Amino acid sequence: MEPFDFVSPSSIEEAVRTLASSGDQARILAGGTDMLVQMRAGRRTAPLVVDIKGIPELNVVSYDATKGLTLGAAVPCYKIYEDETLAKAYPGLIDSASLIGGIQIQGRASVGGNICNAAPSGDAIPAVIALGGVCNIAGPKGTRELPAEEFCTAPGQNALENGEILVSISIPAPQANSGANYQRFIPRNEMDIAVAGVGSSVQLDNSGQNFVSARIALASVAPTPVFAKEAGDSLAGKAVSEEAIQQASDLAMAAAKPISDMRGTIRQRTHLIGVLTRRTLNNAIERARGG
Amino acid sequence: MPGVTQVQTTLNGEVINFLCEPRQSLLEVLRDVLGMTGTKEGCNDGNCGACTIILDGRIVDSCLVLGVEAEGRDITTIEGMASPEGLHPLQQSFLENAALQCGICTPGFLLASKGLLDQEPDADEGRIRHWLAGNLCRCTGYDKIVRAVLQVSKAK
Repeated sequence: MEPFDFVSPSSIEEAVRTLASSGDQARILAGGTDMLVQMRAGRRTAPLVVDIKGIPELNVVSYDATKGLTLGAAVPCYKIYEDETLAKAYPGLIDSASLIGGIQIQGRASVGGNICNAAPSGDAIPAVIALGGVCNIAGPKGTRELPAEEFCTAPGQNALENGEILVSISIPAPQANSGANYQRFIPRNEMDIAVAGVGSSVQLDNSGQNFVSARIALASVAPTPVFAKEAGDSLAGKAVSEEAIQQASDLAMAAAKPISDMRGTIRQRTHLIGVLTRRTLNNAIERARGG
Repeated sequence: MPGVTQVQTTLNGEVINFLCEPRQSLLEVLRDVLGMTGTKEGCNDGNCGACTIILDGRIVDSCLVLGVEAEGRDITTIEGMASPEGLHPLQQSFLENAALQCGICTPGFLLASKGLLDQEPDADEGRIRHWLAGNLCRCTGYDKIVRAVLQVSKAK
């Protein structure tokens, strides 16, 4: 790696001040599982690396059954899926956190880092979007909130401006009769990058037979993760049926704008979005019904 | 030009100090600064697990940790696995089951397996295979490795 300076601020204010005065010369380090690989390969350079893992707010895991979850941006994946309360409340998030990389990667990689890295294939991003996650950002002008679906702006690019850091992600408390699921397609069982991925969340009515609302988000089929709003909205108010799910999956396929590359073709990826949308919706429904 | 930083860390139970540049990975520090060459470099980008160490009780790829991040942490490498009384049960089992050929991946597999059994002493075969997915071996075909770990696990 090219030489760089290293600082480890202990507060948000200190981190923001350092980042604001360094402009594009600084890069933020969380788990490092993407960033250090990119630096070593020369794809990213930074004369200054700012390790944000020493900032208390970025390590918070705070769950309240009415207020929901505040997940610090630097919290590694294993702390999410080994937390039994979170595993029960957010199985859709657990699906993602437990399939990013292998166990070694999950010991360091964070959901916040996955979002900031803004890879189209980031496995945590569709799950967070499906769950209605909001990014809490701090910067020189104060704090702001941004819906997760607006955070990634291009491959490897995010909405953070000069001096800003992602502090945490807020996820609303799970509603009654709700469920979520994330699935990806890869040619092997572990340790691979999604050819296509879908995160779905549903809320059903008390009978468990009708959709109240749904959110669907897609991975690896566009320059950024895709919030397939029309696909989710098409289910609102409808009876749970194969036809309704098929229609949502058709709309999700229409929202996908994939490219052909070494991992898959346009046709395969579009087909996979249809399959994974149906599978994740059915799993989310089963979870919503308490299955 | 960035200088060197002094880092204090606990390595295999002993508090040590070392000097490193911020750009040096913990893997480089272990091998090139501290002369602890038991930890192997494979892919150097987080795919192969050859450089697996235990950092504060969790397995991580040491190629994806900076040396400066080791400040105040607790590290176990392959050099800390055996005790004066003899090999760690996993090391003994790897020998008995011929769970290695060229040996480059072995320290990583041993640390990853230790990380699993320390946390889940009765891990079954499915759990072992899942846990070891981040370690690559191009010699054994994995079966012997899985059998060696299973022999030490309390799952029967």
